[in-house]
Amino acid sequence: MTEFLLGAALFVLGTVALGLIRILRGPNDADRMLAAQLLGTGGVAVLLLLGVASGLGAVGDLALMLALLAAFASVAFVTGVARPQHQPKPVRDPDPLPRGDQA
Amino acid sequence: MSLALSVFTIVCVFLGAVFFLAGTLGLLRFPDTLTRLHALTKADNLGLGLVVLGLLPQVDWPLGALKLIAVWLLALLAGATVGQVLGGAVRPPPVSGAGESTP
Repeated sequence: MTEFLLGAALFVLGTVALGLIRILRGPNDADRMLAAQLLGTGGVAVLLLLGVASGLGAVGDLALMLALLAAFASVAFVTGVARPQHQPKPVRDPDPLPRGDQA
Repeated sequence: MSLALSVFTIVCVFLGAVFFLAGTLGLLRFPDTLTRLHALTKADNLGLGLVVLGLLPQVDWPLGALKLIAVWLLALLAGATVGQVLGGAVRPPPVSGAGESTP
């Protein structure tokens, strides 16, 4: 059982690390923040798996702390960064939308 | 009984890892930010939820299990909040707002 849990932790860590490619090539900052959020949740899962596999109860506390910090990071991103970026956004307007102007 | 619980753990943790892989692939492959957010919240809720559900038989019952459930509930709350605020921040201007009848 311990080997399986360690393997699962390594697998989830690998997928989360793969998701960090989105930070490299994300078109805007919100996409990068999504990858960071995935890192937070996947890190929580990895820490829980490692904590059960190793029998150390304190690792679960680390997972709780990481979940809290990931939530704070995203809320800080939205309140601080995304709003000024949202202002010059109507670049999208010259698109001729076929069904847009009914209301 | 112990064998059945081990099989339950293996199945649930495996499914959770599959959901993490699916979330990562969606984060990498989907075309824009809102669909990536959709994939990310699946990995958040279902991936972490299945990992926690699989780990529940492996910890001691009253306190360890309650802590795992608390971690998952915190992650659910944070994921729902972050999904709402981030989706509201990156939403395009109300040209294509489908669900809004009154501006």
